[in-house]
Amino acid sequence: MTFKTRASTSTRMGGALIAGASLVAVAAGSISTAAAGVPVVKISVASLIPGSTAAATAAFNSQVKQFENANPGIEVTSVQYQWLGSTFAAKLAAGTLPTVFTVPFTDGRSLGENGQLADLTVYAKALPYFNKFNPAVIAEGIDAKGQVIAIPTASYAQALTYNRHLFSEAGLNPDDPPTTWAQLEADAKQISDKTGMAGYAEMGANDNTAGWILTTLDYALGGRMESGIGASAKATFDNPEAVQALDMLKKMRWTDDSMGSDFDWGWSDINQAFAAGQVGMFISGSDVYTNMVQSYNINPSIYGLAPIPLVNAPTAGVLGGGTLAAVSVKSTPAQVAAAVKWIDFYYMQPLVNEQQAVRNAKTLAANKQPIGTPEVPIFNQAQQNLSNSWIKPYINVPLNQMAPFTTAIFKDKIIPEPEAATQAVYGDLDSVVEAVLTNPNANPSALLAAANPVGQKSIESGS
Amino acid sequence: MSTANLTKPKVRQREPAPATRASPVAARSAPFRRALLTWARRGGISRLLFLLPMLVVFAAFSWYPIVRLVLMSFQHTNLVQAPTWVGLQNFSEVLHDPLFPIAVRNTAEFAGLALIFGYPVPLVVAVLISEVRKRRRLYSALAYLPVVIPPVVAVLLWKFFYDAGPTGVFNTMLHWVGIGPQPWIQSEQAAMPSLVLESTWANAGGTVIIYLAALLGVNSELYEAASADGAGLWKKIWHVTLPQMRTILLVTMILQIIGTAQVFLEPYLFTSGGPDNATMTVLLLIYNYAFGNSLGGSYGEAAALSLMLVAFLAVFSLIYLRATRSWSRS
Repeated sequence: MTFKTRASTSTRMGGALIAGASLVAVAAGSISTAAAGVPVVKISVASLIPGSTAAATAAFNSQVKQFENANPGIEVTSVQYQWLGSTFAAKLAAGTLPTVFTVPFTDGRSLGENGQLADLTVYAKALPYFNKFNPAVIAEGIDAKGQVIAIPTASYAQALTYNRHLFSEAGLNPDDPPTTWAQLEADAKQISDKTGMAGYAEMGANDNTAGWILTTLDYALGGRMESGIGASAKATFDNPEAVQALDMLKKMRWTDDSMGSDFDWGWSDINQAFAAGQVGMFISGSDVYTNMVQSYNINPSIYGLAPIPLVNAPTAGVLGGGTLAAVSVKSTPAQVAAAVKWIDFYYMQPLVNEQQAVRNAKTLAANKQPIGTPEVPIFNQAQQNLSNSWIKPYINVPLNQMAPFTTAIFKDKIIPEPEAATQAVYGDLDSVVEAVLTNPNANPSALLAAANPVGQKSIESGS
Repeated sequence: MSTANLTKPKVRQREPAPATRASPVAARSAPFRRALLTWARRGGISRLLFLLPMLVVFAAFSWYPIVRLVLMSFQHTNLVQAPTWVGLQNFSEVLHDPLFPIAVRNTAEFAGLALIFGYPVPLVVAVLISEVRKRRRLYSALAYLPVVIPPVVAVLLWKFFYDAGPTGVFNTMLHWVGIGPQPWIQSEQAAMPSLVLESTWANAGGTVIIYLAALLGVNSELYEAASADGAGLWKKIWHVTLPQMRTILLVTMILQIIGTAQVFLEPYLFTSGGPDNATMTVLLLIYNYAFGNSLGGSYGEAAALSLMLVAFLAVFSLIYLRATRSWSRS
């Protein structure tokens, strides 16, 4: 599957814009009229996560201006936003989410089927590249009725982020990150012993991240946390690979003492600690470098990215996921149309349109924001390479330090997250990880066996 | 009642009705109208107008949510689609949740620890301040200062104190006396006492001020009489101060028990209920039912557990007031 030429894409986009404009014209809703007589549709959009730097905010605001100039009938308000499992439902219920917001792959379909997201079908299918999405990726945004309730904007694979400076300081080769779990354990101990920093840190917060990373380890060792799909799926927390993963953590925590002294890291916390040089290695998405620049001014020279070690088993693989852009169900049809235009402009055009990709890269470069962070393609590898070639002159992330990951990831098997009640299952696993990291007498087998019926209940209740 | 019944001969024979007589409903409403007019003449309307803002505010922000909560406890809803009635299913789900007994136990532990260690602290501080001759106001202000600090800021501050690394504030202090770093909120055993410690620091100031005010009300002649009888400081506190303050002590105790039974902020911000659910409290469980899952949807269970907590605290308060009635009167 490849993309057509830029001209062809632009033509299709033009058609889509006309179609979108027509839909806006006929849509009812909160349309006011600007001084020039142009109907104005007001939408709010998720911008950057709270705490982002002024430069990152300036870059985003520039993109908003570009969008508003190109769409005089749409007025955009940006709202700082970060999807967190612990706060999303509250915002959703309270109606305080912006018109356009993002959710992980794990939640899109369930939210859509619960009637909690706007139906984007008409507008999304008018996008010229709609049929070019990787089928497995676009399926994450389509509910059981076939309605498009979200549009995939980014895809990631879990990766091992490591601190090259700490590797050097500990006498390790920063160009040779660990490729086996035994090597990772040994390197973690060496870093901890030689530098006093956490050799390997793990997200252990009670906010679904601990369960997410445990599931990642389970996949890498060949295990699965669920079998089957939907409400008939079975929780399989107590699989031997999960026990093995927890035993490994227990050894690093209590025997090797190579995990530092903090064990309740969340997603942002661990990025911050890594950027501050306090963490030797940790596992998270392959795209966290962007956040480390935007929020924590990371020194790029410390950053290294490697694939997660996989055991030699046919079921072993890298956990992959992604982000969907969705629209508030409370939006008027005009707002939904405008929202899809924003999604197209902000998230998609830099991937499919050379002109927009270059303009976007220039804006980011002017504000010293990261360009070229490795991601897993949401279309296909050829399109990914093409869009990367457009912005090649502007790439400012240390790609050579990410080479261990970028050269290996496409050979690894990427496995989607558990299909049923994903976030709830992660939440049920959180306490297991916490117990192993805070109690020296924790019994991984017993903990997993106890958590399994809780996970089964989560699956059956469809939460 | 139909009008045909009014024309029955039997009725007419007993009490001939005038041609203009109104229906029984109208007859009944006449005294009501008179009462209404009397009420209006005596300033009822102006009273109602004065009350109206309060009634509107209470109705919108207290009574309506309470009614909504009761209804929601019998419903399944995601607050977007139309709710469905599920009877007592939400209550059953809560009672069968393995986290429910853990949350109850943890809440009782928090309340117990706060009662044992946190409850006497404001009293001791108030007595000490009242005994100080100079700079009493300064000490009162210092005692109250933590209450002024926004709770979220206080928790973030204490997170630095509780940093489990050797460079954490408390661990650095322990290092000075030769004790190794402690895990504080990252240990199943230490987490709850750590939360109680911070909570006591954060909330004691308000109670100190109440006790100081109460201490001012104690008749100084009682102390003079006690001194004349040879009583020292401790005997004066035991035989004069505490008995004189018993009513306020009973009130603050029930308020503390009700407050600690609803502890949420500390476990939510410090530990999110961890590690391994060691600080999962009833209110945090309610929050998690409603909002902990990113898909939401367990608002019915959250409402059911909220109602159960209200019922428990109401019954407990009644028993407490009945049990302590004689003591507070004596």
